[in-house]
Amino acid sequence: MAGDGGREQRYRGRGIAKFYGRGEALVSSQAISFFGGVDPVTGIIRERGHELCGTDITGRVLVFPSGKGSTVGSYVIYQLRKTGHAPAAIVNRETEAIIATGCILAEVPLVDRLDADPIGVIRTGDCVEVDGATGSVVVKRRP
Amino acid sequence: MFLTKEEEAILAGGEGRAPQKAMQLIVALGDVFGAERLVKIESAQISGVSYGNIGDAGVEFLEDWASAGARARIRSTLNPAGMDLKRWREMCVDEEYSSKQMRIIRAFERMGVETSCTCTPYLVGNRPGRGAHIAWSESSAVCYANSVLGAMTNREGGPSALAASITGRTPCYGLHTREGRRPTVEVDVKAELATDYDYGLLGYAVGRLLGCGVPFFRGAGRPGPDGLKIMCAALAASGGIAMFHMEGVTPEAEDFSTEGLEKVSIGRKDLEEARERLSGLCGEPDLACIGCPHCSVEELRDLAALLRGKRVARGKGLWVWTSKGAYAEAERLGYIGAIEAAGGKVFTDTCMVVCPLARSGYRHIVSNSCKAAHYVPSTSGLSASVAETRAAVESVLEDT
Repeated sequence: MAGDGGREQRYRGRGIAKFYGRGEALVSSQAISFFGGVDPVTGIIRERGHELCGTDITGRVLVFPSGKGSTVGSYVIYQLRKTGHAPAAIVNRETEAIIATGCILAEVPLVDRLDADPIGVIRTGDCVEVDGATGSVVVKRRP
Repeated sequence: MFLTKEEEAILAGGEGRAPQKAMQLIVALGDVFGAERLVKIESAQISGVSYGNIGDAGVEFLEDWASAGARARIRSTLNPAGMDLKRWREMCVDEEYSSKQMRIIRAFERMGVETSCTCTPYLVGNRPGRGAHIAWSESSAVCYANSVLGAMTNREGGPSALAASITGRTPCYGLHTREGRRPTVEVDVKAELATDYDYGLLGYAVGRLLGCGVPFFRGAGRPGPDGLKIMCAALAASGGIAMFHMEGVTPEAEDFSTEGLEKVSIGRKDLEEARERLSGLCGEPDLACIGCPHCSVEELRDLAALLRGKRVARGKGLWVWTSKGAYAEAERLGYIGAIEAAGGKVFTDTCMVVCPLARSGYRHIVSNSCKAAHYVPSTSGLSASVAETRAAVESVLEDT
C-alpha cells in the first residue's frame, strides 16, 4: 500500500499490447500527445506547458491517463523504438486508439483499466514491471 | 474476443511476421473498443499518405512493413498524398520532400495497395454496395460510404486501415453493427438549401452543434451526389460525425424510427454563423481552391463552363483538386483543357489540406468547401474563407 517502503504491490488490468517490460515509473496526471509532444530522436517531452516538459521518457514506465492529439502519434512511438528512446512500458487509466496502435507497432507493453487508479498508486521513481500478456502490473516502492 | 481458426493462425504467425503484426493491431483495437469478434471486409482506404503529415516516422514504418512482407489481401486504395505525383514542381514542392513522398508511395505499391490517391474512391471505381463491410479512414469518405452508399465502416486511422487491408478484417463494433447506425438526434432543417455549398454549411453547422452521433435530417430537400459529398466532409471536419440519415435521400433512413429522439432545428441564421466562423480572411483572396473533397467529373464540367471566355487575374491563382480517374475522364471531355486555358491548374493525387500550400506564395484562400477552410489555416498557415463556387472562382478572375 502507499507509504509501505520497499513493499511490492500487484495490480490487475487489461493487457492491450501483449509484451513485457520493466523500468522506473514516470507518472503524469495529464494526457500525452506523442505527435508534437515527444521528440522522437531524443525521447524528451517537449509539449509546452506539460508537467513533464523537458523529461526523458527513454526506458521509463510511463503512467498517464490517456492519449490525445494527432493519430500520427502512433508513428512517433514506433520511431522512438527505432531510435532507442521508447518507454519500457505504458500504463494508462483508459487507453485509446493512438496509444494502442503505437504500442503494438513498437512492441511497447500497454496495460489499462487497473483495479486501482494508476495515477494515484504509482509514483515517479517506483520500480514497475508490466506484463501485457496477463495485464499484471507490479509496483515496488524504493525504501 | 472470439477469433476463427484462420484468424488465430495469422495471430500465431502462421502466415509470416507482417500479417501477424497486423493481426495483433486489429485484435488490440478490438479489445480497446469492446468488439466481440472481427468481420471480413471488402475494401480498405488508407490515410496517412502525405509526407507532410506522417513525416520521417511514417516513412520508416511503411518501408519496414513493406520489407517485412506486408501485402494487401483485399482491394485497397490511398488517401491524398502531399503533392501531385507528377506536377509537384508547379506546386513549389522541393526535391527532398518529393523524394520522401515517393518513398511512401513506393512502400504502399510494394504492399499491393493501389496508389490512386484520393478522398473520393467511391467516384472512381472503389464503390462498395449497401451492407458491405469496409475499413476506410478518410473521414469524408467514411461518412459518404456509411450514409449515402449504406456500406459499413468506422473511422479508421492510417495504421489500422493498413492492418485491415493486410488481414482482410476489422473489429466488429460501432458502425459495423445495426445498433451503432441507429439515429441519435433529429435535425429539422428550416432553411432552403439551393446549392452544394449550402449543404456544406449545413454539415459544418450540425457537426459543430452535435460533435458526434448519428443525426437524422428532415426537411433538407434532395441534394445530389456532389452536395452530399461536400456535406459529409463538413460534418466530419467540424465534428466527429461518421454517419447520418436523410429522409427520402439516404438508403437506411426508413429502417429506423426517430420517435423519442432529441430534436434540434437549424435555420438560415445557423448557416450564416458557420460561414462567418470560417471566414477569418483579412485580405482579398489570391487563391481559389475547388475540390475538397476531390472534384467529380460533373464539377469539373461546371468549372470549365464557368471559365468560358474568362481569365485568372495576374498574381492570383485557381487551383482545382481531383482524382486521377476523374481527371482522365474530364481531360477526354475537354474540361481540363478549358480550365487550364483560362489560367487555372488542375492537380491530382493531393489537395489543399495535405500539401505544403504555404510554399505556393499565396496568402489567402477562398474555397467552396467548409472542410478546406476549416483546416487550411492550421495545416499551412494561410488564411481562408468560404464562398459559393461561382463567387469563389470569380474573386480570382480578371475583371471583364
